[in-house]
Amino acid sequence: MSMHDESGGATQILAGLLQARTGQVISSGRYWRVETSLKPVLAEYCIPDIDTLVAALLGADNDDLVQSCVEAMLNNESYFFRDTAMFTMIRTQVMPVLQKARADSRRLRIWCAGCSTGQEAYSLAMQFADDRQKWAGWDIEIVGTDISNSVLERARSGRYNQFEIQRGLSVARMLRYFRQDGEDWEINSDIRAMVKFRTDNITRPSGNMGQFDLILCRNVLLYFAPETRHMAFSRLARSLGSDGYLMLGAAETVIGQTTSFNACREIRGVYTLQDATRTDRPVLDTNWPFAQES
Amino acid sequence: MKTCLVVDDSKVIRKVARHILETLDFNVEEAADGREALDHCSNQLPDVVLLDWNMPVMSGMDFLTALRRSENGEKPKVVFCTTENGLGHIQAAIDAGADEYVMKPFDRETLESKLQIVGAA
Repeated sequence: MSMHDESGGATQILAGLLQARTGQVISSGRYWRVETSLKPVLAEYCIPDIDTLVAALLGADNDDLVQSCVEAMLNNESYFFRDTAMFTMIRTQVMPVLQKARADSRRLRIWCAGCSTGQEAYSLAMQFADDRQKWAGWDIEIVGTDISNSVLERARSGRYNQFEIQRGLSVARMLRYFRQDGEDWEINSDIRAMVKFRTDNITRPSGNMGQFDLILCRNVLLYFAPETRHMAFSRLARSLGSDGYLMLGAAETVIGQTTSFNACREIRGVYTLQDATRTDRPVLDTNWPFAQES
Repeated sequence: MKTCLVVDDSKVIRKVARHILETLDFNVEEAADGREALDHCSNQLPDVVLLDWNMPVMSGMDFLTALRRSENGEKPKVVFCTTENGLGHIQAAIDAGADEYVMKPFDRETLESKLQIVGAA
């Protein structure tokens, strides 16, 4: 019997721990990822293998170890301007509608749910900064949330290594919005000030951060079991303004998942609240004169 | 199918870049220095040039300057791909007409995203 087979039960327990704490599901076909992702935890706590790790987790006073394991198993992959077509759509189709709808208050609230190390939230902030003149005098609040404290610490720092800074970010934006500090690149303070990060679990009903005009919850729900996904959709629905927009990942949909949202007829891949009437919505202007991506 | 000219004096880097670019549906040409690359370009301009900085015979910067001065030399997208990772080098490359900049070492995702940014992938 191989080591992998011997540890099969331990892997299952660890995957169950992740699901219980975060809602994220690791399918049995991806159990190999559990052991790989926990290697740094084993090294940090001087634990020889995952069977011993599970035994330690079942002991008392192990909150730090549990938290370390959960954070290590979370899928935190993120990069700047992931899915460029979506960012272009936000800039050229979604924002013109919201800018018109909020012309009186001149206030916009955007929630990046499951923001990981902050690239998505900062990408939005950079996009607004690119269009600085169009948004002059506006109060734009971008809130990034994640269940993992360690990724939020990294997000708040605004520091990215060479691999992270290059993924999806143009050299023009890198030079405009970052400064080099040794091997790392650190985001400028004005961009950092546009984004607030906080710990949150979108599957918990208790979270209340007010209502948002746009919610991005991309490549988060696909890791959830159906019942957890349903809870997350309920939370997202409660957090979205009546004429706001929800955006999911390219491989995600609301169809068959929730009755809270409708696919937006005008913008593909964007969702609106089910009970928002069409007459509440301003007409989309698809010829908005924003500049092309720089 | 778009053509990418990989200019690097390292055979290994050219091989790695070729492998990645072919999976991204590029037709790949190779040159071992800036002079060879200029000869390639005088015969046929590629859509993209993936360009090392330090090479014998002619450096990447000298190649880029000569390319941009040549007839239709503004057309190819030029992506520097180099171990010169300092801000000064990056700014100098952009000022000389480079469209993008990849700091070595690089992986498939980085190269693909940079090629998407310049509209080549």
